[in-house]
Amino acid sequence: MTALEIAAAVRSGARSARSVLDEHLAVVAEREGSLAVFNHLAVDEAAAAADVVDATVADGEDPGPLAGVPIALKDNLCTRGVPTTCSSRILEGWRPPYTATVVAEVRAAGAIPIGKTNMDEFAMGSSTENSAFGPTRNPRDPAKVPGGSSGGSAAAVAAWFAPLGLGSDTGGSIRQPAAFCGVVGVKPTYGAVSRYGLIAFASSLDQIGPLAETVADAALLLDVIAGPDAADSTSSREAWVPVSAQLGDGVRGLRVGLVTELIDGVDADVAARTHAALDALAAAGATVGEVSVPAVTHGLAAYYLIAPAEASSNLARYDGVRYGLRVDGDDVADMNGRTRDAGFGPEVKRRIMVGTYALSAGYYDAYYVRAQRVRTLIIRDLDAAYESFDVLISPTTPSTAFAFGDKTGDPLSMYRNDVCTVPSNLAGHPAMSVPFGTGSDGMPVGVQILAPALAEATMFRTAAVIEQAASGA
Amino acid sequence: MSGEAVIGLEVHVELATTTKLFCGCRNTFGAEPNTNVCPVCLGLPGSLPVLNERVVEFALRLGEALGFTVPARSIFHRKNYFYPDMPKDYQISQFDQPICVEGRLEVDGVEIGIERAHMEEDTGKTTHMGGGGRIHDAVYSLVDYNRAGVPLLEIVSHPDMRSAGQARSYVSELAAVLRAIGVSDVKMEEGSMRVDANVSIRQTGTAELGTKVEVKNMNSLRSLGRAIDFEIDRQTASADAGTRIVQETRHWDETDGVTHAMRTKEGSQDYRFFPEPDLVPVAPDDGMRARAHADVPELPAARRARLVEQWGISGDDAEVLLGVAGLADYAEATVAAGATGADATKWIVGDVLGFLHEKGVPIQELALAPDGLAELLNLLADGTLNRNLAREVLAVCLAEPKRPRAVVDERGLAQVSDEGELGTLIDAVLAENTGAVADWRSGDDKAKKKKRGFLFGEVMKSARGAGDPKVLGPLLDERLADG
Repeated sequence: MTALEIAAAVRSGARSARSVLDEHLAVVAEREGSLAVFNHLAVDEAAAAADVVDATVADGEDPGPLAGVPIALKDNLCTRGVPTTCSSRILEGWRPPYTATVVAEVRAAGAIPIGKTNMDEFAMGSSTENSAFGPTRNPRDPAKVPGGSSGGSAAAVAAWFAPLGLGSDTGGSIRQPAAFCGVVGVKPTYGAVSRYGLIAFASSLDQIGPLAETVADAALLLDVIAGPDAADSTSSREAWVPVSAQLGDGVRGLRVGLVTELIDGVDADVAARTHAALDALAAAGATVGEVSVPAVTHGLAAYYLIAPAEASSNLARYDGVRYGLRVDGDDVADMNGRTRDAGFGPEVKRRIMVGTYALSAGYYDAYYVRAQRVRTLIIRDLDAAYESFDVLISPTTPSTAFAFGDKTGDPLSMYRNDVCTVPSNLAGHPAMSVPFGTGSDGMPVGVQILAPALAEATMFRTAAVIEQAASGA
Repeated sequence: MSGEAVIGLEVHVELATTTKLFCGCRNTFGAEPNTNVCPVCLGLPGSLPVLNERVVEFALRLGEALGFTVPARSIFHRKNYFYPDMPKDYQISQFDQPICVEGRLEVDGVEIGIERAHMEEDTGKTTHMGGGGRIHDAVYSLVDYNRAGVPLLEIVSHPDMRSAGQARSYVSELAAVLRAIGVSDVKMEEGSMRVDANVSIRQTGTAELGTKVEVKNMNSLRSLGRAIDFEIDRQTASADAGTRIVQETRHWDETDGVTHAMRTKEGSQDYRFFPEPDLVPVAPDDGMRARAHADVPELPAARRARLVEQWGISGDDAEVLLGVAGLADYAEATVAAGATGADATKWIVGDVLGFLHEKGVPIQELALAPDGLAELLNLLADGTLNRNLAREVLAVCLAEPKRPRAVVDERGLAQVSDEGELGTLIDAVLAENTGAVADWRSGDDKAKKKKRGFLFGEVMKSARGAGDPKVLGPLLDERLADG
C-alpha cells in the first residue's frame, strides 16, 4: 500500500494504524538482519504512536494527512529521548533533549516513526559504507550499495519497511540513494523545509526531503514538512503552496531541457534511459530540447571545498566537553584531540582537514571565496537555462548502484558520483530523482528533474509523467 | 626616549536585553549555574540561531548616539577556535561587515575616533577548581553556560588616546552614553563591561605606530589606568634599554600591579572566519532606523552642559550626576518636584550618593523618592529645619520609606525660632559657663570669636540641634553684650 492509501484507510477507520504498523514490522523482522537499515528501531514508541492515531480515529477526529503511515527517519534528525548518532561513534548513545521540526510535523500529521536509519557518518559519503556501524545493503541486490548518505532511508522505502522516509541532501544524499534503490527522492528548494534539528553537515547546502515509493507519496510528505519555521532563520518566509494539488496537471506545453554537461560521460545505459525519459515527456506533450549549463562542470570542485569548509566548523563542537564520546587526556586540548581521533571515521577526518585548510589564512581567497564565486556562476547559468526551459533533466547518477568496496579505496571516484546532483545544492534549487527502468545490470536507473527555486509544483508534474511512462514501459 | 603613548581600546558591553542573542533564554546575571540554557545556546547538534531583533535595535541606537554609519547590510561570521566554555567551538560574531562603522566620541574636548561596533555572542564562564584557580594547575574545571549567547557589542576605538587618564575618561564617557541610551547597565566589576587596551609607544612627532601590546583583565577604571601606566613605563624602559618590544597579549595582575605575557600557543591564532550560513544578513529598514533615532535621548555631554547652565552647578558635580546610573534622572525629578537645581545637586552628590555607596544599592532602590527629597529641601529652605536637622531627617528617610514632613512631626524636630525659648537656653548656658564668658569679655578679637563659637555650640547642643541659627546668633551676641 502507498502512503496515500494507508492514510485514507486509517482516516476512514477501514484499517487500524496498529495493524499497518505490525504488517510493516513483520517485513522489517524478515529482512533487517540481512539489510542493516536501522541504527535504532523504535518499536515501542511506534506502537504507542499508532495507538494514539487509532484512539483519535475512534474519537471521531482526524489524525492528519499521514494518519498511521510508517516513516523511517535518517539518523541525523533529532528525536527527543531517542538515540541520534549520525552513524558516528562520537555521538553513540546521545539522546537529544529536543525534536527536529520536521519530525514534530510528521508526527503531528499522524505518521508513525519506526526508527532511525543508517547513513554515511555525518552524511559524508555516497554509499553508507562510511557508517561507523557498518554498511546498509541495497534491497534490490544485497551485493550492491544502497547509495548515500541517506542509504538507510532509501533502503527502508525500497524494502517496504515503510512507505515514507526522511533523508537529508547536501550534495545528492537523497537523490543518489533514491536512484540506486529505485525509489523517488526529493531535495526541496533551500529554505523550503526547516533544518531545525537536522544535525548539520554543510549548513548552506543541507536540505531535508522525502523518500517515497511513488511521486504522489513524496508530494504528500513534502506538503507536510514544507513551510516557514521561526526556529530556522534560513527557512522561506512564504507560505508553502502544496504540490499535491497540481500533480495530475501533465506536461503539455512545458519546456523541458536536457543538460548536456550532465549527461556527458555517464554510463551508456544510464544515458539511454535519460533520453528515453525525455522522449516520454515529449510524447506527453512537452517541448523538449538540449541545453548547455557550462558552470555545472565546476560544481564538484566547488562543492568539495564549500561543504568541507562548513563541516570543519559545524563538527568542531564534538569536543568531548558536553555530550557524546569523551576520551580523557592530559589537559583539555589533549582530551579534545583524543576524543575526535577516536570518535570520527576516516572520511569525516579527511573533510575536516580539507575544510580547515580551505578556510585558513592565506588560502581562504584561493579556495573558499573562489568556490563561492563558482556557486554564483552556476546560479547565473541555470537562470539562463530557465529563460528557455521550465524544468531541466539529467541522469541522477553516472552509473547504477555499484558493489561494496568498489570505490572506498579512491575518494575522488566516490566523489564523482555526485557530479549530477551537486549543482542543485550549490544553487539552492529543488531537484528530484524518479526511477525510470533499469540499466544493463538490472539495477534501477534514476532520472533527475531540476527546477528553479520554489518551482516544486512544476517539477512534480514532470516527475508524475515520467513515473507514469515508467510503469507503462 | 622622549616618546608618547598610543592607546586604542576594545570595549565589550553586555546588552541589557531580556533574552539572549540567538535564543529565548533569559539574560540575567547571577542565576544558578546552567539554568538559563537551551539547545541553541548550548550549541547542541541540529540547533540553529535566530537573531534577537532587540539587539539590532540597541546597536542602531548606539549608532545614532556615536555618529556611526550603519551600512544597508551587515553579516555575521563564525570565529573558529576551540575553548571549553564556547559551546559550538566557534563564536558567532561580525568580521568585515559590522553593523556600525566609523563613529566618534568627544572626550574632554578631544574627538576619539571609533572604528567599529559589532554584535557578537558571549561565551560561558569557566571556574578552575584547585591549584589556586589557575587553569594550568587546576584539578578540574566547571563550566557555567548561563552567559553563553548573551549579546555583546564590541566597540573598537582608533588608537587616538595618548594617556591613561584620557583612556579612563573615554571609557567613563562611553559608559555614560551606553547608560543614557539604555542598552546596558555597564558594570565593570560584574563584567558587563570589559575593556582591553592596545598600548604602544613612539617617538613624539612621528606618525607611524609602534609595536602594540594588548592588555587584558582590567576590572575597574582604576585598574585600566594602572595597567596602561605600567605598560607605558615598561615599554619605555624596554625601548631605552634597546630591547625590542614584542607584539603580544599581556595579562594585568591587579594584586602585584604588573602585566604578564600570557602563555600562547606557537604561531598566531588563525580564526578561519567565514560567513555564518545559519543566519541571514542584517538589513535594518527605514522604520528601524527612524525608531533608533527617536529612541536616543539627550546625550551625557549635552545634558551636563544644560545642567551646568540651568542650575549653576559645577562641571565636576554635573560629571558626578552623569557618572552614576540614574543619578541625573533622580536630580531632575527632584527639581521637577520643587527643589532648586543647586540644592538638589548638593544633597544628591553629597549625602545621597554617600548612602548609596555605603549600602551598595542602585538609586532605583532608594526608599526616598525624588519628591520626598524635594519636600526635605523645602523644609530646609523655609526655615522649618536647619542643616543639622535636615541631615538627621534625610538619614531616617533614606533608611525607611517615610516622608520628611512626617518625620519632622513625629520627632518634633522642627527648628526653634522662638526668642523667649532660645533666650532661656542662652541664659542657662551663660550661667553655667562663667569662665568662658569672662574669657570672652577680656579676650582679643580672636579669643572673642573662639569663645563665642564655643558658647553658640553649647546653646545649640542644649537645643538638641534644633535652634534656628538666624535667631540664635544675634540673640547670643545681644546677651553677651548686655551681660
